[in-house]
Amino acid sequence: MLEGIQSPAQATYWLVSGQTLFLVIHLLGLACFAYIVARRLTPLFRAQSDFRFDRPFTRLGKVLKFWLGQWRHPRYRAAGIMHILIFAGFILLATRAFSLVLGIADRVALPEGIGHLYDIIKDYATTIVFVCMVIAAGRRLVFKPARYAVPARYGKAHTADAIFLLALIALLMVGDSLFAASKAAFQTRLGQPVDFLAVLSLPWMLKNVLLSASLPTLQHLHLGGFLAHDLTFFFLLCYRPFGIQFHVETSLFTVFFAKLDRGTLKPVRWDVSDEHLDQVKSFGVKTFEDFTWKHMLDFYSCADCGRCSDNCPANAVGRPLSPRFITIKARDYAFQHYPMLGKAGNGKALIGNLYTEDEIWSCTTCGACEEECPLLVEYIDKIVDLRRGMVDDGNVPQSLQKPLKALESRGNPYGKMEKKKVDWTRDREFQQTCDVKILDGKNGADTLYFVDSITSYDDRMQAIGRATARILDHVGTSFGILGAAEKDSGHDVRRFGEETLFMALRDHNVNAIKDCGVKRIVTADPHAYNALKHDYKDVPPVEHISQAIAREVKAGKIKFNPVENGNVYTYHDPCYLGRHNQVYDDPRDVLDAIPGLKRVEMTRSRDRSFCCGGGGLMLFYEPKEDQRIGVKRVQMAAEAGANVIVTACPFCMVNIEDAIKVAGLEGKMTAIDLAELVDQQIAREPQAVVEGHGFSRAVRARQDSGL
Amino acid sequence: MEILVCARRVPDTSENEIELNSTGNDIERDDLVYSINEWDNYAVEEALQITAKVGGNVTVATIGSEEDEEILRREMAMGAHHGVLINDGAFTGSDGHGIATILAAFVRKGHYDLVLTGVQAEDGGAQVGGMLAAMLDYPFASLVNSIEVLDGKLKISREIAGGNREINEIDLPCVLSIQTGINEPRYVGMRGIRQVASIPIPTPSASDLGIDPATVGAAAAKVRRVDYFLPALGKGAEILQGSREENIDKLIELVAAKGGLK
Amino acid sequence: MARIFAYIVHKAGMVDDSAAELLAAARKIDPAAAPTAIVTGWGTDLDTVCTTLQSSYGEVWKIAAEPLAYPNAELIRKALVKVLPQGSILLVAHEHFGIDLAPGLSIKLNSMFVSDVLGIEGVDNTALKVVRQEFGGQVSAHVRCDISLGAVITARPGAFKPLESTPINGFVLDKSPEVGALAAGRRYLETVVAEAGDVDITKHNVLVSIGRGIQEKDNVAIAQELADALGAAVSCSRPVVDAKWLEKSRQVGTSGKTVKPKVYIACGISGAFQHLAGIKGNPFIVAINKNPKAPIFQVADVGIVDDLLEFLPEFTNKVREMRTVAAK
Repeated sequence: MLEGIQSPAQATYWLVSGQTLFLVIHLLGLACFAYIVARRLTPLFRAQSDFRFDRPFTRLGKVLKFWLGQWRHPRYRAAGIMHILIFAGFILLATRAFSLVLGIADRVALPEGIGHLYDIIKDYATTIVFVCMVIAAGRRLVFKPARYAVPARYGKAHTADAIFLLALIALLMVGDSLFAASKAAFQTRLGQPVDFLAVLSLPWMLKNVLLSASLPTLQHLHLGGFLAHDLTFFFLLCYRPFGIQFHVETSLFTVFFAKLDRGTLKPVRWDVSDEHLDQVKSFGVKTFEDFTWKHMLDFYSCADCGRCSDNCPANAVGRPLSPRFITIKARDYAFQHYPMLGKAGNGKALIGNLYTEDEIWSCTTCGACEEECPLLVEYIDKIVDLRRGMVDDGNVPQSLQKPLKALESRGNPYGKMEKKKVDWTRDREFQQTCDVKILDGKNGADTLYFVDSITSYDDRMQAIGRATARILDHVGTSFGILGAAEKDSGHDVRRFGEETLFMALRDHNVNAIKDCGVKRIVTADPHAYNALKHDYKDVPPVEHISQAIAREVKAGKIKFNPVENGNVYTYHDPCYLGRHNQVYDDPRDVLDAIPGLKRVEMTRSRDRSFCCGGGGLMLFYEPKEDQRIGVKRVQMAAEAGANVIVTACPFCMVNIEDAIKVAGLEGKMTAIDLAELVDQQIAREPQAVVEGHGFSRAVRARQDSGL
Repeated sequence: MEILVCARRVPDTSENEIELNSTGNDIERDDLVYSINEWDNYAVEEALQITAKVGGNVTVATIGSEEDEEILRREMAMGAHHGVLINDGAFTGSDGHGIATILAAFVRKGHYDLVLTGVQAEDGGAQVGGMLAAMLDYPFASLVNSIEVLDGKLKISREIAGGNREINEIDLPCVLSIQTGINEPRYVGMRGIRQVASIPIPTPSASDLGIDPATVGAAAAKVRRVDYFLPALGKGAEILQGSREENIDKLIELVAAKGGLK
Repeated sequence: MARIFAYIVHKAGMVDDSAAELLAAARKIDPAAAPTAIVTGWGTDLDTVCTTLQSSYGEVWKIAAEPLAYPNAELIRKALVKVLPQGSILLVAHEHFGIDLAPGLSIKLNSMFVSDVLGIEGVDNTALKVVRQEFGGQVSAHVRCDISLGAVITARPGAFKPLESTPINGFVLDKSPEVGALAAGRRYLETVVAEAGDVDITKHNVLVSIGRGIQEKDNVAIAQELADALGAAVSCSRPVVDAKWLEKSRQVGTSGKTVKPKVYIACGISGAFQHLAGIKGNPFIVAINKNPKAPIFQVADVGIVDDLLEFLPEFTNKVREMRTVAAK
């Protein structure tokens, strides 16, 4: 008769003492893991530099929020909650696992009370993780959420791999539970003091099942459970770096080193200043090694959850782009070309092999993917870097070459003459009500209205420019425009990878802005806004017109006439105002300040807003797509019950107005810019305005004309 | 294969609104943007693609002055191996015949297997390539929209009516005029141009090329532009106010007058 | 006055429309001119062509040779150099053959070359004054050319309106024996016919362009019928492509093709900036639109406010009628 259950350390496995066996397994496991990780890190040391060591406390905050706090997970309710449970289980069980594999001790050396509490926690943690594995497997096998599907052009489904991993984790939980349960059952059978097992937990249930088993069976299960747990643990440890589970190790670092500033773009090279860029032989990402180490780390950290692609507008309309596979393909490339054994790297061009040109040009840089990624994986910088590489090789679609050349020679993508940049102010009716000054540094305006190309030259968008000017005039702003001296902001020139041209446009504009001596800049174009705010340096503070309007409404300087047309309005967040700059509330506050205006939200609004189709040079690009992105967007507005889409971006206006026609909603749906709507609704009663101060010319003109 | 591409710098019509100057003897050039003639750019790309396949060098030559150097830089940034600026005051004002005379002299000084030109220039008339070939006694083909290199000859296709293509075999050396759309020219940005900024560009003169100045330039030009004028242009459409039948008759008359009823 | 010749292009026994146009152009040079037609070719087709030309040209020079069965400009140039008298003026249509033949021919004849002529304002002493277009048709120019040594002139097809004339009874002169053996460094192999549906709208002089006003896919045929009657191609604006009513290759605009037609008939096209940016070369724009405020009317030369689904079929019928009358 046995006196007590033999612990794995004391036991003998196939003539080898447990202590020796497990020591060998553990040392071997750790050595393997160390080797594998070292190999995985190889490309990171060959990668481009990336400056990610600033603002450590902000970064720590990100870790607490997005890694430990799992902040973005609940955006997908079921999967998110499950992930939080598994993550929490893992964190809680980490101590246990280390105690099991390191000390081969029976109990963590914790003070009695805490130790007991921990026992309860770990029992339930094990159980929850196990249950989650079963549910997750069920989801993968039965419910098959669409975002996990792998389109044929990206290879085979990842289901088998996922199930295998889930099974391994389940096995880990079962092994652990069996180890505890068999011991408890053994103790019960011998009438010894029984180790505590939490009621209804997996080990507790197993214990009750095992009560009828023979003592030698229990002893075997005890040792077997431990061995299974141990082997599974080390197998998983060494297997994870070969697939999506690697994020268990890398995610902490990915989140810590995540990009901190929205709306910005990485420089061409972190280690080369603008002035020395001409000496750089090659721009952008052409081979895998041209990615930065952080971007490579991103590839390892992707958990293949598919949320990026699920939110990607390009993906939604069948453009040949799925952000998820930008990452997965690069990760597979890294695995293949940096193998565990043998020579690493081949330096082959990515475009044409790993990625197609259309794939990389298809991105609207809307940022929906980045907004959604639970691990803060970056996409826009990578896409732009890949585009920089293509531009450097002269590999630019013909449809983009014309506007780029026009931007170089004329400063605008349409190739229009510089002197016609002010034509929008020359509209006779408008000129009588609002005189737009052209700033030359002497006429003392304190605000610059930066118009940008599309609003200056496009007939339809010129109306937005005039509305913006009338609003500025109404609130008594002393403002002017640069006129012919203003070149395109270059925002999308940069995002399409033409950094040198962007820098020329930027430098020209920065000088022009400095020369005109203003204290602040206002624009109605979110792309220009983003450029001025993030891509330009040393220019006065910039505001989007919606921010200025919201402030003036709050200050009581703008009063509205009520809307009395029975329309239902919805606000479409422009990507470069919303997601990239977090201006969500100002436009909504303005709309809500208009009496009688009925506003509804689309399901996809605010940080989940759905791109209109893309601005800037995207208007010239000919994507391969099943449907236009904008059509999807106006359908969303229709579903929300709206018949007027309010936006705050001229590019959104182009796309949405076109889409309304294509979707066959003409007559049922209209689009209006926030500035246009505000301009329409402003109450310009003469008595509301003090004579001689801020007296609107519009009011005077209307009075004169007897209106 | 040694390929010469003859290129020209012209006002870019896609980025300019051409207006007349006050005297009508020229277009208003102050606000114009110049670039390489579009057809010539396709010719350079084609030459680059040929040499990438079969080896050799691409030389881009233009007749002009310092300000024309920019297009040579641009084409060198595309990958052209050499740029040549054929520069002499005596060349100023040459007509098509004069230009072809200068180029023929230049070709005779070198060893080119293939000479490419664009089909036409924005302000020219599809003439230099054919004249050059005749002066050199080289075979010529115009409107070429594909080239395949064979042994000592080329298999080319010409664009003919209705989108059809005429396939020819042509002996080397020859002169071809290249049609747009033959390829997709690569993009050249400011960065590429800067990288070739310091490569020297030879500037042969009339005497270097053995050209008698009397045969070229304005004095020798027998085809001369006298003035420019604007084709009749109304402001806004003339809205036909008649009955439908009257409108149709009027419209047919108008369309026919504009060459729309061929 | 130098002797005027017109080189006439023909195909399968059919004389090209340019025959009558070149005759008209010749009369613009010299109102009293009795130009001589020159044709080259081989076989019975060539005889048919000569017979046709006899009714409008007083003299027809025929060069028959087997190598000329296909019009290879390299060979024809050599033949013409042998037969043309010194100092003559030769007119050729400015199309793919004329472009191939004419410039080199002027060198070999030691005469002048003026290309793509739209108008002829007459001869002053030895100076011929013509009208040409430059910068994609944005401006016109008067060009003066010394024709004392003769000239080769290519005339833009459609630019010279055929004269009304009664048929005459010209004679044919066989110049073949003067030509001798012909060989050139360029040999014609075959013609590859464009695939059906493969219409290159950038190469057409007349475009019937449709926008959303065409309303549905079935109505595209209405535009196609007009295009067929006019000898034009159908192009469109982006919404038509988006609706998959026409292929992408038919789209005019910043994201479509840039076209340089002579006549652009915009049917139900509002005239968005993105679309108009694709129309170059200052064509004659006809706008047909229900909406009198459509921006297209701002840029069009002539506008018709009408329902295009009713207007176009009637227009087509009228064009067809006219063609039948003209053919008789």
